[in-house]
Amino acid sequence: MREQNDYIVYVKDLTKVFGDFVAVDKINFRVEKGEIFGFLGANGAGKTTAIKMLTGLLAPTSGEAVVAGFDVRREPEKVKYNIGYMSQKFSLYDDLKVSENIRLYAGIYGLSRKEIKRKSKALLEELNMVALRDKLVGELPLGWKQKLAFAVAMIHEPAVVFLDEPTSGVDPITRRQFWEMIYKASVAGTTIFITTHYLDEAEYCTRVSIMVDGVIEALDTPKNLRLKYGADNMQEVFVLLARGEHTLQGKIKKEK
Amino acid sequence: MKNSIIQIEQLSKSFGEVRALDNINLSVREGEIFGLIGPDGAGKTTLIRILTTLLLPDTGKATVTGRDVVRDYKEIRKLVGYMPGVFSLYEDLTIAENLKFFATIFQTTIKENYHLIKDIYQQIEPFKDRRAGQLSGGMKQKLALSCALIHKPEVLFLDEPTTGIDAVSRVELWDMLKKLKRMGLTIFVSTPYMNEASMCDRVAFIQKGEILEVDSPEGIVASYEEPIYAVEGGRFYQLIHALRALEMVKAAHLFGETIHVTTYRRIAPEELARAIKEREGMDISVREIEANIEDCFISKLHQIIH
Repeated sequence: MREQNDYIVYVKDLTKVFGDFVAVDKINFRVEKGEIFGFLGANGAGKTTAIKMLTGLLAPTSGEAVVAGFDVRREPEKVKYNIGYMSQKFSLYDDLKVSENIRLYAGIYGLSRKEIKRKSKALLEELNMVALRDKLVGELPLGWKQKLAFAVAMIHEPAVVFLDEPTSGVDPITRRQFWEMIYKASVAGTTIFITTHYLDEAEYCTRVSIMVDGVIEALDTPKNLRLKYGADNMQEVFVLLARGEHTLQGKIKKEK
Repeated sequence: MKNSIIQIEQLSKSFGEVRALDNINLSVREGEIFGLIGPDGAGKTTLIRILTTLLLPDTGKATVTGRDVVRDYKEIRKLVGYMPGVFSLYEDLTIAENLKFFATIFQTTIKENYHLIKDIYQQIEPFKDRRAGQLSGGMKQKLALSCALIHKPEVLFLDEPTTGIDAVSRVELWDMLKKLKRMGLTIFVSTPYMNEASMCDRVAFIQKGEILEVDSPEGIVASYEEPIYAVEGGRFYQLIHALRALEMVKAAHLFGETIHVTTYRRIAPEELARAIKEREGMDISVREIEANIEDCFISKLHQIIH
């Protein structure tokens, strides 16, 4: 049998209770190296609480989670060092230059001066942004900013990177370029843990979980989920599950 | 054809060196749901704020219900409802207090226009004594919509009402907008989600302050002329690069469970499958498809980039 350390994210009966409200109710899943794991759910389903526990920001009430080899309850600081994180709401500092943002995050993740110099150069070249190194991040178009934020979140070569709605509001071409960066990272062995409201993006994931009212209601490859719920696409699967209509077989089909 | 209720002519607005709106011309018909579709930073909010008289244009002219947005701003404010992209109600007032406040400043009462908000407000009425700051995102939005409607506006402006909310709530919101349309309101709504275009009577694509196209969703799709194919099979990452390496391929984009490929000339689907098989040894399935709205927008974006 495989050990929990074989997985990049190992979650067993993970639970969070606020007062008498069970925000996350005994969730279980495992994510393997290089997977693109889509973590979906309606607003208020418990996604954010779960992500906060997995990134070491919030202690679980019960259950366990091991992320990048570290226990989120016992070693939350080590978890933070060994993961990458990026969200649409918070990523880079607008009033710092491109190069300053890179230096700041590389420093926070404990890279040496020498490494920072080498990595900054490589990162800017890779993104075709060498000429923009002295520009304020606030002056960059959103799409560039998001690509830079993603690269910065991976500057310390984490085993897993958490992306919280990274493509919100970006144009359709940039959104796809962003996904190609995700694929590239995944092919290179980085595990991707991603949330999104664009349900076409759920199709790009290796596996997708859908949270409803604190529990994981479904977890499988997009193709299997489509087949299981008799849906044409992930949008239908999501609406079916999030509305709790999956128990009334084919209700959504009939309504069409 | 119905009368135009919003008329925009050669409208421009800059912030410093940034040209937020560049010579915009648009006309919105009475009683339609008009969608302004484009990514963040395209100018959607700027245009809505000019039309709701919250921002002055640099040049050009815009009228709403026949009134000029600069000269007749006081009248326009009584005739339009506006739901901004960020929650802007009083968080320390309750649901009922917020609604009463907005009714009062527009010199009306909740009772007088209750029929307009009934369907929406009833869903949050059980919590009417709860402070707005303590509501969930979905409830906040229903309250904001109720407050934007309580003075019985002729035109309702909504700035990205579906951004950041889940797919289920998005479906609910569009249902509400359709009901309001049936009550006679004109609805001007912005969104970054291309697939919501089909909910609108007509849409405008906006990018970097310019309107790229205005038409009905059906019209936009019908005017798309490039041959386009859906490709399935193999691993996305390897496949998309293999496709782009082919001479016949103009562009390849991820599209849900498939990759959409446009080519320079019309080909037989087998031709593409054979080329990939020969080059990469991958088995793929290819079928010619009708473009969807997002294909059209991507194609327009490519035209302005190149």
